Amino acid sequence: MSKIFEVPLYPYQRCADQDQATPVRHKVVVVGAGPVGLALAIDLAMQDVPVVVIDENDKVSWGSRAICFAKRPLEILDRLGCGDPMVDKGVVWNLGKVYFDERQVFGFNLLPEEGHKRPAFINLQQYYMEQYLVDRVRQLQAEGKPIELRGGNKVVEVTQDDERAELTISTPDGPYRVQADFAIACDGAASPIRTMMGLDFVGRVFEDNFLIADVVMEAKFPTERWFWFDPPFNRGQSALLHKQPDNVWRIDFQLGWDIDRAEELKPENIDRRLKAMLGDDISYELEWSSIYTFQCRRMDKFHQGRVIFAGDAAHQVSPFGARGANSGLQDTDNLAWKLKLVIDGKAPVTLLDSYDAERVHGADENILNSSRSTDFITPKSEISRIFRDAVLDLSERYEATRPMVNSGRLSVPCTYDGSPLNGDDCALMPARTRPGSPMVDAPVPGGWLLDRTGFGFQLMTIDENAPEALDVDGIEVKRLALTTPGDADGYLKQRYLGDANSAVYLVRPDQHVAARWDHYDEAAVKAALLKAIGR
Amino acid sequence: MTALNTKANINGPDEFYADLLSVHEGLTKEQSDALNARLILLMANHIGDREVLSQALRAAALKD
Repeated sequence: MSKIFEVPLYPYQRCADQDQATPVRHKVVVVGAGPVGLALAIDLAMQDVPVVVIDENDKVSWGSRAICFAKRPLEILDRLGCGDPMVDKGVVWNLGKVYFDERQVFGFNLLPEEGHKRPAFINLQQYYMEQYLVDRVRQLQAEGKPIELRGGNKVVEVTQDDERAELTISTPDGPYRVQADFAIACDGAASPIRTMMGLDFVGRVFEDNFLIADVVMEAKFPTERWFWFDPPFNRGQSALLHKQPDNVWRIDFQLGWDIDRAEELKPENIDRRLKAMLGDDISYELEWSSIYTFQCRRMDKFHQGRVIFAGDAAHQVSPFGARGANSGLQDTDNLAWKLKLVIDGKAPVTLLDSYDAERVHGADENILNSSRSTDFITPKSEISRIFRDAVLDLSERYEATRPMVNSGRLSVPCTYDGSPLNGDDCALMPARTRPGSPMVDAPVPGGWLLDRTGFGFQLMTIDENAPEALDVDGIEVKRLALTTPGDADGYLKQRYLGDANSAVYLVRPDQHVAARWDHYDEAAVKAALLKAIGR
Repeated sequence: MTALNTKANINGPDEFYADLLSVHEGLTKEQSDALNARLILLMANHIGDREVLSQALRAAALKD
C-alpha cells in the first residue's frame, strides 16, 4: 500500500494561462501548497477573493513533519471549515514527563481550561492536515469559489512594480508568466522567492543536529509527551517521544554538531538507537526519518511591496514549542482579511504594513521562546550546563525549580500589544481580552463564541444595546448580542466583563479584539473601526 | 518596592560561613559547582521578587 504522502493529489495539468500571449492578471497568487499557503488560499476564497495556489510538487508533505497543533490554530482552522477532521483524527494530549539521566524528574499536566471548544493541543501528522486542506479546496471549488491549485508549477523568476508582481513559472510544458495584485510567498524555510529577491534572512544558527524517526509500532506507552535530558541511551544529548495517530510515534534524538549524516541515517544505526531507547524486543516499522538542523531567524520585513512572505519563508524557529506551523497559520489569519479589504478598495494598501507590525511581533515572541528552550536543552557553556543540571536535579525533589525546566514552551496565541490597529481599552475588563488579543472562546447559547465570530467586523455586546448593523464607510459591522443571563457558568463575566457591568467589543475579522468599552458609543466605534483598517 | 538588603542580616555570620564551607568539604570542583548552582536557585526562589533578584544579580556582578 502506498503511503498518503506518495500519492499525487494535485498533478500537473496544463492551464489556460499557459496559452496566453500576455501574462494573465490575477488578484492573488499563493506560492507553496503547504499548510500556510493552503490555509491562506482557503481564507481568501471563502471571502470571494480569487486565488491561485502554485506548487512545484503535487503531493502532501513527505513524512510527518509538523505534528503538534495548538488551540488557536485549531480555532483558525474551524473558521476555515477544517477544524473537525483535524480534531477527529488527531491525538489529544495533556500530560508530559521529564526525565534526567535515568530518573523521572517530574510530570506535568497542561490542565486545559474549561469552557473552550478546542483542546490545548492535538498531535497530527502534517500530511493529514494538508490532505484535509486540499479536501477543503476541492469542496470550495465544488461550491464555485474562486480557488485554483496548480501542481508541477515552479516559480523561477519574480519581479514587481508598484501595481503588481510578475512570476515566471516553469512547467513540464515549458515556462509561462502570470501577474498578480499580490504574490504571497509561503514557500518554506528555504524560500526560493526570498532568495530570488536577494532578501536577508538573518538570525542565530544553532550548531546541533537532530534525528527524527517516526515509527509505527504497537506500544503500550501512554499518550504523553516524554522528554529526556542526558539519558543513558543518548548520553550528553536529549530525546523526545510523542504519539501521533495510527500508532505512529515521533522519536527525536539530539545528535550534536559533528556527525556523519549519511551514517546516522542508515536504518541499522537508527535501529540501534531505537533499541537502546525502547528495548531489544520492540518491533516497529520506520515510516520516515530525517536529520535536521535549525536556526532562529526572521526577515527584516515580511511585507515587500507586492510580494508578501508568510510562515517559515518569513521566520524560522527551533521545533521545540511547536511554533512553526502554528505561527504560520496565525500569519495567514492576520493577512487574509487585510488583503480582502485592500483588494476591494475599502482599506489603504498601507493596512498591509500592520501585517508586518503584528506578525513580526509574533515572530520575535516565538524566536525568543524558542531560543530560550534551545539554550536549556543544549547548554552553550560550562556554567550554563551546571545551572541546567542543577534545575533538573532540584526539580526531582522540589516544585520550586520545575517552572524553569524548559523542554519547549508550547505555542500560545500572540497578543498584538502596541499594534497601530488597536483602539480604546476599558480598564475594568480582563487583561487577557485587551485590544490586540485573540478572542477567548466561551460557551454561548447554542454553541461556541468563536464559531459565531470571524470574517467580518463584529460588535459583540454583553448586556448592552447597540444597532444590529452599522455601515462605516462601506464596511459592515454586525452585532453579536450576548447577555449574562445566558452565561450560566460565568465565562463571559470572567473572560470579557471583569469588573464592568456591560461590554461592547469591536472584533476584527481574524477574531482579535480591536477595541472595547463598557457602553455603546457610535462615534467611538466608528473611530476604532477606521483605525483597525488603517485609515 | 522592596530593595535588596545589602546590610549585614545574618545572625551568626561566622557560623553561617563555616556551614557554607563545610557543605563543600570533600567535594570535587565539579560537585561544588553543582552544589553552588542548586544553592543559588533555591535562594533565588525563596526571594522570588524579580526586582530584588535583578539588584542581586547586578550587585554580584560588582556593577553598582
